[in-house]
Amino acid sequence: MRATSPSRLGQGVAPGKEFASRPVYREESEARILGGCGLMGVCNQSGARMSGELALRSMASMHDRGNGLGGGFAGYGIYPEFPELFCFHLLYSDDQAKDDTEFYLRRHFRVVMEEPIPTKPIRGIENEPILWRYFLDVSEERLHQTQLGVEDYVVHAVMDINSDIDGAFVASSGKNMGAFKGVGFPEEIGEFFRIDEYKGWTWTGHGRFPTNTPGWWGGAHPFALLDYSIVHNGEITSYGINERYLEMFGYRCSLQTDTEVVTYLFDLMLRRHKLPVEIACKVLASPFWNDIDRMPDDQRQLYTALRMVYGPALLNGPFAVVLGMSGGMVALNDRIKLRPLVAARHDDTIYVASEESAIREICPKPDESWMPRAGEPVVAVVSEGGKQEAMKASLSAGQRRIAKAPVTGGAQ
Amino acid sequence: MSPRTFLPAEFKVVIDKEACTQCGRCVHQCGWNVYTFDEAERRPVPNHAKCVACHRCVTYCPGEAITIKKNELAFRESDSMSPALIKGIWRQAETGGVQLTGMGNDRPYLRIFDHLLLDACQVTNPSIDPLREPMELRTFLGRKPDLVEVVSSNGKPRLVVELDRQLQLETPILFGGMSYGSVSLNVHRSLAIAAKELGTFMNTGEGGLHADLEPYQDNIIVQCASGRFGVDSDYLKAGAAVEIKIGQGAKPGIGGHLPGEKIDYQVSVTRMIPQGTDALSPAPHHDIYSIEDLRQLIYALKEATDYKPVSVKIACVHNVAAIASGVVRAGADIIYLDGFRGGTGAAPTIIRDHVGIPIEIAIATVDQRMRDEGIRNRASIVAAGGIRGSADVAKAIALGADACAIGTAALVALGCHVCQKCHTGSCSWGICTQRPELTRRIDAEWGASQLVNLVHAWTHEIAEVLGALGVNAIESLRGSRERLRGLGLDTATLEILGVKPAGR
Repeated sequence: MRATSPSRLGQGVAPGKEFASRPVYREESEARILGGCGLMGVCNQSGARMSGELALRSMASMHDRGNGLGGGFAGYGIYPEFPELFCFHLLYSDDQAKDDTEFYLRRHFRVVMEEPIPTKPIRGIENEPILWRYFLDVSEERLHQTQLGVEDYVVHAVMDINSDIDGAFVASSGKNMGAFKGVGFPEEIGEFFRIDEYKGWTWTGHGRFPTNTPGWWGGAHPFALLDYSIVHNGEITSYGINERYLEMFGYRCSLQTDTEVVTYLFDLMLRRHKLPVEIACKVLASPFWNDIDRMPDDQRQLYTALRMVYGPALLNGPFAVVLGMSGGMVALNDRIKLRPLVAARHDDTIYVASEESAIREICPKPDESWMPRAGEPVVAVVSEGGKQEAMKASLSAGQRRIAKAPVTGGAQ
Repeated sequence: MSPRTFLPAEFKVVIDKEACTQCGRCVHQCGWNVYTFDEAERRPVPNHAKCVACHRCVTYCPGEAITIKKNELAFRESDSMSPALIKGIWRQAETGGVQLTGMGNDRPYLRIFDHLLLDACQVTNPSIDPLREPMELRTFLGRKPDLVEVVSSNGKPRLVVELDRQLQLETPILFGGMSYGSVSLNVHRSLAIAAKELGTFMNTGEGGLHADLEPYQDNIIVQCASGRFGVDSDYLKAGAAVEIKIGQGAKPGIGGHLPGEKIDYQVSVTRMIPQGTDALSPAPHHDIYSIEDLRQLIYALKEATDYKPVSVKIACVHNVAAIASGVVRAGADIIYLDGFRGGTGAAPTIIRDHVGIPIEIAIATVDQRMRDEGIRNRASIVAAGGIRGSADVAKAIALGADACAIGTAALVALGCHVCQKCHTGSCSWGICTQRPELTRRIDAEWGASQLVNLVHAWTHEIAEVLGALGVNAIESLRGSRERLRGLGLDTATLEILGVKPAGR
């Protein structure tokens, strides 16, 4: 029924090679995921790096907002050793999927480094997929052959793997960031992935309360593409048209979850259409015509144009989302605030969460806290200088975390 | 001796003699001359053969004495030769002519709208109460760019390039093209007044724009059809947009026919043709023999109108998706799709009943084709031809239409009883006629209030649907086929519609 666009990377996924079909792995993705959730985000705008333990503790306080069927985190600034390489976090159902994906990756990328994602055994976490990460570079020659910018190239690769290789799923694909997610309560998932051993200037976290078949690690949040990652509480009732709109721009929504479209819409608005982040938020949770009609002329023209052109990108239905990106963090509510979202600031650090208690857990006395209004984004921007300082410090201190992490891996 | 005709009367006029007040109103109300008044017996006498079941007399009889019944003559049962077919053969054997009819296709083809069901919210997402929360139906028709460019000046974001002109509708419903000539001037007036009050648009059809309608020109789309009736540069400039009519859902592939009887002085002035002559518009535009010619006409009209939106109306035929794609690439800002159930003032029965495809299929294939080609934003889709109620509007929009146009439904609001005799010019309701004693039966202010009520009611109903779906803007339903399910449709049709079966 859906138009499937062929791979733009030239040679298809793997010419002359039929991938075995293993539909069991995607069982959950056949139906759209509905449900409630808890989420949090913290961003240090001066670039100081914080332990993932902070996000873990905050999410643990919202234990009851999830039902143990999905939890996850995204961290930014966590790979200072390779800040210029794309880091792919992969979830594999079996060795065949891994072989197929690695065949694909080697064909299209220069694999600088690869290793299992370090984990530790946790009671309650079981049936974990094979978890692997790859630090990748794209050659100028490949870009020239495909006539793509490097980011579009990566996007196409992610779309290829997610929709065409059964049993493989790219959990994240950005630079100096990563998504850690799976089936379990968020605090269990965090401990499993040992996120307390990573440091980042931005962290987001999520605990899931899906109301249908559990069981797929890829279905947990965050959903990430390039540097963008989304944690989301709510349901996008406009999913149908959002998905079809994105297909016009070559995105393939293979996962059938609302959150996927939010991630791709931010990618389209911010990276490809170069809209300022506040404007992108006004597209996704647009002001009402009543308010637009009362704006001064130039603003009315702008907002009218935005709604006329980007109507299909309007996110309708109840939601609170936190977008993580290399430049900072954005939290946004739907246009009539049908899901909870609280924000707070302490010095240079911005906190957002579904419940204020989750903020107070990690920042007992914020300088200020507030309820963001419907459709009014909370924007945190990390200073570039601060980031550089933080990275230099971490490298000079010899924090070669990757080198020292004992390899346990998810492969059994 | 051979009989005068084999054709029996279609209806029986039954008059309750006790209830009849002998006022003679039925005689005056009937535009078909069914009644004569028997002075001796002081009672109206019907000629059943002339009755078309328009119920004008029934509605106006003070004694409620009149009942119209089907003249149900028993024919030997046959699934193959139905009474309708037999009568058609008799009619043609007697006249040697093409059978003519009015209104839309009345054959029992599958009505896809009636096999589509809408979604609603439960538990995991809240539905929205349209009486308490804003519910936005504002719709813009016209070409949209691929993206919006924004610059910041003095800390404020600003638009870099202004958008092309658009038609702004406060509800996604507009009135379809019905020409002055086929309908009366009072019908045109009613539509124009209503369009202005509703914040939407009426469409002149191919018969030009009467001078009386000038005050409403900001809410009028002027049509330029193959006959070019009433077209000059003032006319083109008068409207908010121009529509090139290539085809009509009721009669794809053929031109219009307005009999000379309906061309009185006013119509002749408006159409710029002699009084009393048949107004025949050619089947094709004689300056459009392919798509590149259409492109020239589109841009000629844009030049003539200072780049107002240009709509191109096509009938939904088998290859509609490819045709629509070509039309959009030729520069149309709006593509108006007219389904095979669309109405007409006059058409050969064979064409009306057997040519074209349903609007539901056309919306689905055109919308998908434009998305596949990455040009969906370049033109808006207006769906028409078989829109019978607000549920059809909601479903058409969910399939991918930007807005829906109504013709028959609007006439029904003015009293039309769908008797399918529009081509005769004897409409007792004063709609499809130019006879002054009949046209004066519609008061334009009253007609406008009927239309405004109807569209307001539909708008409220669409808002109810949106609220139940948990969205508060029409753009979140538009093209969102995920919110539709098919019931009792075959797999191929579901696939073409892009709709899942109920239960999946």
